Amino acid sequence: MSKLSTDRLWSLAFILPSILLVGIFIYGFISWTGYVSLSNWHSLIPDYSFSGLSNYAQLFKDFRFQADIRNTLFFTILFIAAVAFIGQLLAVLIDQHIRAESLFRNIFLFPMALSFVVTGVVWQWLLNPSTGVNLLLEKFGISPMWYVSTNVLAGFPVGKIEFGVPVALIAVIIAAVWQMTGFSLAMYLAGLRGIPEELKEAARMDGASEATIYFKIIMPQLRAITMSVIIIMAHISLKIFDLIYAMTGPGANFVTDVPALYMFEKTFRANDYAGGAAISILLLVSVAIFIIPYLLMNRRED
Amino acid sequence: MKRKSFYVLFVALLLIVLGACSNSSSSDDGGESASGDGKIELFSWWTAGGEADGLDALIEQFKEEHPDIEVENAAVAGGAGTNAKAVLANRMQGGDPPSTFQVHGGDELLAGWVAADKMQPLNDLYEENNWSEVFPQELIDMVSKDDNIYAVPVDIHRGNVVFFNSKVFEDNGIEAPTTWDEFLDVADQLESNGVTPLALGDKNVWPATMIFENILLANLGADDFDKLWDGEIGFDDERVVQSAETFKEVLNYVNDDHSARAWQDASQLVSDGEAAMNIMGDWANGYYLSQDLKPNEDYGWAATPGSEGTFMVITDTFGLPKDINNEDQVKEFLTVLGSKEGQDAFNPMKGSIPARTDTDLSNYGEYATDTIKDFKDASLVASLAHGSAAPEQVVTQVNQAVNIFVTQKDVDQFTTSLQDAVDAGTE
Repeated sequence: MSKLSTDRLWSLAFILPSILLVGIFIYGFISWTGYVSLSNWHSLIPDYSFSGLSNYAQLFKDFRFQADIRNTLFFTILFIAAVAFIGQLLAVLIDQHIRAESLFRNIFLFPMALSFVVTGVVWQWLLNPSTGVNLLLEKFGISPMWYVSTNVLAGFPVGKIEFGVPVALIAVIIAAVWQMTGFSLAMYLAGLRGIPEELKEAARMDGASEATIYFKIIMPQLRAITMSVIIIMAHISLKIFDLIYAMTGPGANFVTDVPALYMFEKTFRANDYAGGAAISILLLVSVAIFIIPYLLMNRRED
Repeated sequence: MKRKSFYVLFVALLLIVLGACSNSSSSDDGGESASGDGKIELFSWWTAGGEADGLDALIEQFKEEHPDIEVENAAVAGGAGTNAKAVLANRMQGGDPPSTFQVHGGDELLAGWVAADKMQPLNDLYEENNWSEVFPQELIDMVSKDDNIYAVPVDIHRGNVVFFNSKVFEDNGIEAPTTWDEFLDVADQLESNGVTPLALGDKNVWPATMIFENILLANLGADDFDKLWDGEIGFDDERVVQSAETFKEVLNYVNDDHSARAWQDASQLVSDGEAAMNIMGDWANGYYLSQDLKPNEDYGWAATPGSEGTFMVITDTFGLPKDINNEDQVKEFLTVLGSKEGQDAFNPMKGSIPARTDTDLSNYGEYATDTIKDFKDASLVASLAHGSAAPEQVVTQVNQAVNIFVTQKDVDQFTTSLQDAVDAGTE
C-alpha cells in the first residue's frame, strides 16, 4: 500500500461517521418528507398510497397558502431592504470615530441576544392597539391598528386573495428589523473598517467630495457584505416562525400568516401529514432558490 | 505506533456511533418496561393552575387506594394541548404509547385513535362499575363506536354559555337575551350607550368558531347540528345560511381589536365593564373568580340565545391504549377516575363539573351547582370548536373558513368552504 492511499483511507474513515449522520438525518429525512408529501396521509392513520402532486395542487388553490406566499414575499423584501439600509446607515454613523463608540455598538447589537419569541411577546405588547405606544400616539390624535388591521395596501385581486402589502405585516417587520439590524450593522462596520484609509485619502487629494467618496469608493467595496446580508436575512425571513407565532399568530384573514406557521398547524393540529410535508418541501425549495446560487458563486470564487 | 493510535481512534468513533444507535433502541425498551414495573404513565396537557391541582388531587386519591402502584405524571405543557398532541402522535405511531392519555370525547377520540385501531374497548369496566347508570347515555355515545366503549370521561365543560357583566346589564336595564334577534336588539342598545356589546378574543380563531356554532345550534337544534358535521345535512340548508347571516351581523358588535386578544383578554373586557357579554366555554368562570368577581352579583351567565335546554359538551376522557403491558393497573386507575371520589377530587379543583350525575353537590361552587343541574336535564350535543363533533382536520378547516369570514363577511364563500371542509373530512 502506498502512503497516499492509506492517508485517503484514514481520512475517509474519519469523515464516514459524519457523512452517515448527515446522510440519514438531513438528506434521508428530506427525502422522506418528499415521499410523504406525495402520499394520501391526511389523518392519524398513515396512508402511503401515491397521490401524485394533488397535495401541492390543493395548496396553490388554498386561500391561506396564497396569502402565505404574498406575506412571505413582502415580508422578505421589506425586511431585507430595511435591515440592509438601516444597518449600513448606523455603521457609517458609528464609523465616524465618535465617542463611546462601543456603547452604541453594543446597544444596537443587544436585540440579537434575544430569542425571537421574546421579541415577539414584547412587540405584541408595544403595538397592541389598546395598550403600548398607542396610548402615547392617541394624544397626537392618531391610533393606528398595527397588526390588527386587515387592510391590504395597494391591493388588487389575484387568485383568491388581495395582492398587496398587508398593513398588519408592517408591525411584524418592525419587530424583526429591530432584532436583526444589529447583525447587519456589525457586518457593515467590519466591511467599512476593512477599506484602507489610503483609498479615501487618495480620493480626497483628487478633490472628491465626501458624498462622492461614499458612493464611488465605499459603496462598491461593500457589495460583498450586502450580498451576504441579503442571503443570511433571506433564509431567516423565509423560514420565520417563532416571531410570528409569539406575536400575532396567523392573524385575521391570514394577514400575518407564513408558510412555516401553516405547516405547523396543518401537521400537528389538523394531523394532515401529507399537506404539511408538501409545505415543508415548498419552503425548502424557496430557500434553495436563494442559497444555491450563492453557494455556486462562492465556489467559483474559490 | 502512529497507525495503531489512529486505529484505536477509529474504533472508538465507531463505538460511539453504534452506541448511539443501540442507546435509542434500549431507551424504547426502557419506556415499555417502565410501564410494566408497576408504574402508570399518565399523559395530559394539564400543567398549570387549577388543572394541575386537580390532576394532583386525583393522583393523591389513587395512591390512597393503591399505595403499591406508582403513578408518573407525564404532562406536556403548552399550546392548549397542541404540543402534547404532537408528542402523543409520535409515541403512538412509534409503538410506545403512554399507559393512558387525555383526549377529548367525540371525534378526537373516535375518528382519531379508535379509527387508527390503537385503543382497547372498556365494556367490562363499565359493567363492573355500573357506569352506564351514572354517566348520561349521550355522553357514553360520545366515547363509543359499534357498541364498544373506549374511554372514561372525567370532567365536563359547557360550551354554550354567555357570561355578562351584571352591572352593565343593570345600568342599561336589560336581561340576558333568549333569541338571537333579541341579542341583536340588546346589542344595538348597548352600542348606542357606548358599551361594546360582545367581547371577542379570536387571536386563536376558535372563540369566533364558538360563536358561530352557538348560532348554528340555536337554529338547527341538537340533532341536526350533529347531522351537519356528519355530512347528512348540507351547508346550503336555509337554516345554515340564516345562521351565517346572523353571525355576520353579530360580528358588527364585537371589539375592534379582537384579533389581538386571547379569550382571557376578552373576558377581561367584561370584568372591567368595557364590554357587556362574552360567549365562552365555562372555564371563563374560573377566570372571573380569579379576578375576585362574585358570581350572580358582579357577573352572571345564561345559556347562549336559543340554546336553552341543550348542553354543548366538552369532555376530557382517558382510555386504554393497545400495546401496553400493565393493562390491569391502568384499569385500576380508570376505575378511580370514573369513581365518585375520583371525580369529586378532580373537578372542584379544575373548575369543571363531574361527568357522573350522582356526585356530591356540596363540593362545588355556585356556577358549577347550577351547571350540574342543567347537565342532568338538558340534551347533550358535541362541540365542534373543541374537536368533539368532527375530526381535527375538519375543525382546522372550519377555523380557517371562520377566520376568513370574520374579515370578509362573504356568506356564499363561507358556506362553500364549510361544505368543502366537511366533504374532505368524511371522504
